[in-house]
Amino acid sequence: MSTWIWIGVACVVAYLTKLSGYLVPRSLLSDPRVARVAGTLTIGLLASLTIANTVATGQQLVLDARLGALVAAGIALVLRAPFLVVVVAGAAAAAGLRLLGLP
Amino acid sequence: MSTPAAPLPLRRSPGVRVGVSIAVATGLYGVSFGALAVASGLTTAQACVLSLLLFSGGSQFAFVGVIAGGGAGSAAAGAAALLGVRNAIYGMQLNALLRPRGLLRPLAAQVTIDESLATSTGQSDPVEQRRGFWVAGVGVFLLWNLFTLIGALAGDALGDPRRWGLDGAAVAAFLALLWPRLRTRDAGAVAVACALVTVIAVPFAPPGVPIVLAAVVAAGLGWSGGRAGSGHGRVVGADASEGPADDAGEHRGGAV
Repeated sequence: MSTWIWIGVACVVAYLTKLSGYLVPRSLLSDPRVARVAGTLTIGLLASLTIANTVATGQQLVLDARLGALVAAGIALVLRAPFLVVVVAGAAAAAGLRLLGLP
Repeated sequence: MSTPAAPLPLRRSPGVRVGVSIAVATGLYGVSFGALAVASGLTTAQACVLSLLLFSGGSQFAFVGVIAGGGAGSAAAGAAALLGVRNAIYGMQLNALLRPRGLLRPLAAQVTIDESLATSTGQSDPVEQRRGFWVAGVGVFLLWNLFTLIGALAGDALGDPRRWGLDGAAVAAFLALLWPRLRTRDAGAVAVACALVTVIAVPFAPPGVPIVLAAVVAAGLGWSGGRAGSGHGRVVGADASEGPADDAGEHRGGAV
């Protein structure tokens, strides 16, 4: 039940965030500091999510097939593969390594 | 806005064309969100409500990612909210660009995402900017929701998602969303710092909290950046204020 509540909170916050952009005076966008924080926040969150999903299991740090997925995705990105290919490469690497017996 | 000639017919409209292709590429990817959401312990209904109402891919994956790691709903909502902050910046840009009026404004807000911004700002003609925004925004919305449902239903039948590497797919998806933003050394430094903070914090903080700590560090770096010698603090933030069009060009459908 509490999951539903937090889903509701997340949805309301997300919509109000989007709407707020349409209501804010345009001058704020020209503040370079605001634009900068928005940029670093997105980068930091995505970096954190990437590594957390790679090595974290609960509160433990675990090295398993997910690391292979990270490497495979990195290679695909270096080769300028489209988004879907990158995702498939990550899944295939993790699935393949597990097939070979890795955790 | 003076348009030099009559608007192009829809079939030849570049805004419509780009919007449709982005909508298809991104919409299909909804399958993996639906499957991952169910694998993380959400119900099919919960996955679908997230796609309908939250409707921002990065935030949706963040929510599910925190839950999958055993994190609390509050941490999941916090991560989703923080990751959605950039949509406010997009809203400001689109409001200036398209000037939606009346009831169109709250509707435009809901479909304000990476793809609709990228499609719109990629066009130079005001008519095409408007078409691009609405076709990409509404198109992604329809297909993303349809394929979320399909993914959630298929996810149930898949069994252990780890066998199919779905956790690896999530890792790859986050890296792919991050990748186009790492064009500058400053951006790379922020990413490395935040990844380190996350790894160090994982054993000591409840799941989800390390991501919020990383966000605080990232915001601090952004706030204080530009003073510290580089003189180009704008560069790191540039992708939020100008760059998303490039992102989508390189990785179509890269970030909802």
